[in-house]
Amino acid sequence: MKIFEKRKLWFGISGLIILVGLVFTLITGLNLGIDFTGGTIIQIDLGKTFTAQEIREITDGFDKEAAITYAGEERTQVQIKTKLDLSETERAEIFDQFKDKYGLDAGSLVSMQKVGPTIGDQLKKQAFISLAAAAVGMLLYITYRFEFKFGVAATAALLHDMLIMLAVYAVMQIPINTSFIAAVLTIVGYSINATIVIFDRIRENRGFMKKGTSLAELVNLSINQTIARSMNTSLTTLLTIGMIYILGVSAIKEFALPLIVGILSGTYSSVLIAGPLWAVWKGKEGPKAGRA
Amino acid sequence: MNLKRTVIFVAVVLVIGLSAYTLSFGASVGDYDIIPVRDAIKYGLDLRGGVYVVLEARPNEGETVTGEVLDRAVATIRNRVDALGVSEPVIAKQGENRIRVELPDVTDSERAVEIIGKTAQLKFLGPDGNEVLTGQNVRNAEAVYQTNPSGFKQAVVSLELDSEGADSFADVTGAIMEIEDVPGYQPERSISIVLDEEVISAPEVMAHITDGKAVIDGMRDIEAAAELATLIKAGALPVDLETAEIRAIGPTLGANSLERSVRAGLIGILLVMVFMIAYYRIPGLVADLALVIYIMIVLLVLVSINAALTLPGVAGLLLSIGMAVDANVIIFERLKEELRNGKSLRPAIDAGFKRAFTTILDSNVTTLIAAAVLFYLGAGPIQGFAVTLSIGIITSMFTAIVITRLLLKLVVGMNITKNTKLFGA
Repeated sequence: MKIFEKRKLWFGISGLIILVGLVFTLITGLNLGIDFTGGTIIQIDLGKTFTAQEIREITDGFDKEAAITYAGEERTQVQIKTKLDLSETERAEIFDQFKDKYGLDAGSLVSMQKVGPTIGDQLKKQAFISLAAAAVGMLLYITYRFEFKFGVAATAALLHDMLIMLAVYAVMQIPINTSFIAAVLTIVGYSINATIVIFDRIRENRGFMKKGTSLAELVNLSINQTIARSMNTSLTTLLTIGMIYILGVSAIKEFALPLIVGILSGTYSSVLIAGPLWAVWKGKEGPKAGRA
Repeated sequence: MNLKRTVIFVAVVLVIGLSAYTLSFGASVGDYDIIPVRDAIKYGLDLRGGVYVVLEARPNEGETVTGEVLDRAVATIRNRVDALGVSEPVIAKQGENRIRVELPDVTDSERAVEIIGKTAQLKFLGPDGNEVLTGQNVRNAEAVYQTNPSGFKQAVVSLELDSEGADSFADVTGAIMEIEDVPGYQPERSISIVLDEEVISAPEVMAHITDGKAVIDGMRDIEAAAELATLIKAGALPVDLETAEIRAIGPTLGANSLERSVRAGLIGILLVMVFMIAYYRIPGLVADLALVIYIMIVLLVLVSINAALTLPGVAGLLLSIGMAVDANVIIFERLKEELRNGKSLRPAIDAGFKRAFTTILDSNVTTLIAAAVLFYLGAGPIQGFAVTLSIGIITSMFTAIVITRLLLKLVVGMNITKNTKLFGA
């Protein structure tokens, strides 16, 4: 496969997805979840099916904008989401109204989450520092074990994966919460793993390439030698993560979905972006790949 | 066919099978009971149910929040939580001005938050409004029933004061006894008991109390009295705390999450195993055996370091299974190449493992860097994820490089087949 020669196509596809994501981010904005915006989510098991209208009768009393969604296997649970930072007394009041109306007890409260407005800012800061720290750590390690240009190309592939994940979330308007940040960091670890396997092969092949072999040939050969591994590893990882996405509960789905997007993007960037990117940059310092 | 090696191989498979069975269902050996790993492992709040609270210090004007103040607040909260009888609570400083509290199995989140976050400034004020004593002068507080003069049994908090408190209490009650007692309630003869700026009781003093024993009446019931006694004993929080974040997970939601994740994970693992045999044949089978060992080691490590398994942790575990297989995939692809280059089986296996080693090392170290960052900067469930991912990566290097190699050589030594196609060539 002539992967290096078609690099403009690979870069183009990625660029397009990222651009679409950017346009959506600018127009509709990212759908930030309560971890970032602050707010309250209350989930109650009513023990019977219900209409959103009956729920509104209670929730309109404190927030007309509150989002009402069905939850639970038999759709007997209601999830109420509001951007308001409800106090203890307000929350107790709401739950009491449900208790009275549907004859519930304390055990009917499935879950309750409240995030204050100060948490989001800290989370953003933390996410940014985590990503920067991980990137610097990897860059140093790769520079030590390989060379600086490999490190930069690998980090660029990581940035690509993050942007693709963000783009998917921007287009599909999926709420971004802490689990997304954790998934991004995981994919950083996963994608770098895949990139290193390929760079490791380039490093090895470079040692016994004939003089005059082009960088394009070197990169193509190395990618083709490792393509079976790249595909099989993605497949086995997708099998386990895919299963928990299909069969798991919503809390774990929220974590599995960005992982799936990231695994796909990570495989793509490792095979089609990182190697060609390195070769393009490396090519600028001289046309020969073989070590003198 | 080499009989000795075949016997060893069969024995190894039996041991793996037996261990897996014991881990899954438990066993009784003589007087010893081995409990299933499912029951031995510690679960995080999201799988077990409970309350997770982040409190933020809100200093009043002139106050500053130092590490020392937070430490004292943590100690106070720990006292209160211990009095609640919660098992395995976590109370820790987070950042510069926050405290994280995790209470497993607690269902009534509102009440828990109320008790944790109450400032609980107890003061006794004399008739002139002067402070007689504070919560710090109280040596012990407990809820008891007391029969009042008219024969009613009522719940009260009985207090035992330290010597300083007893002295000033004696002074004030002595002074009050000087005032003439007329029928009806006389505020000028009363001592007000104030909790968090709220007067909860203002009994009229009827005797000169010198033994440092006082009683707070006006309690709703014995539970209310017990709660107040707990608050007084635990002392006041050194700074006002506001709940910045609360997550309460009911026990049924947690149990349901765990059950479904485990089932999904098992199906995923089975699919991976089938794929490995279908694609890599004999090495694939060996990798599956190594994978079973891998899963057992990871679970046992989690149990032995007492790490809490969270929902993201389950996802991390499954991700690490996919990546554990990766090390074997790298090795087997190398093995294939060596076979295609014309090497015979044994040298090909040696070369395959040798050349795959640096690849596996470099790729896994970079992933470990990401996991370390997650652990260092994350909190709660995210840290749980980082722990399982790290354990997974390190274990997978061991099982893929050491165990698979031993097993593969054993299988080759059995001399069942020389057909290199069965080794993926």
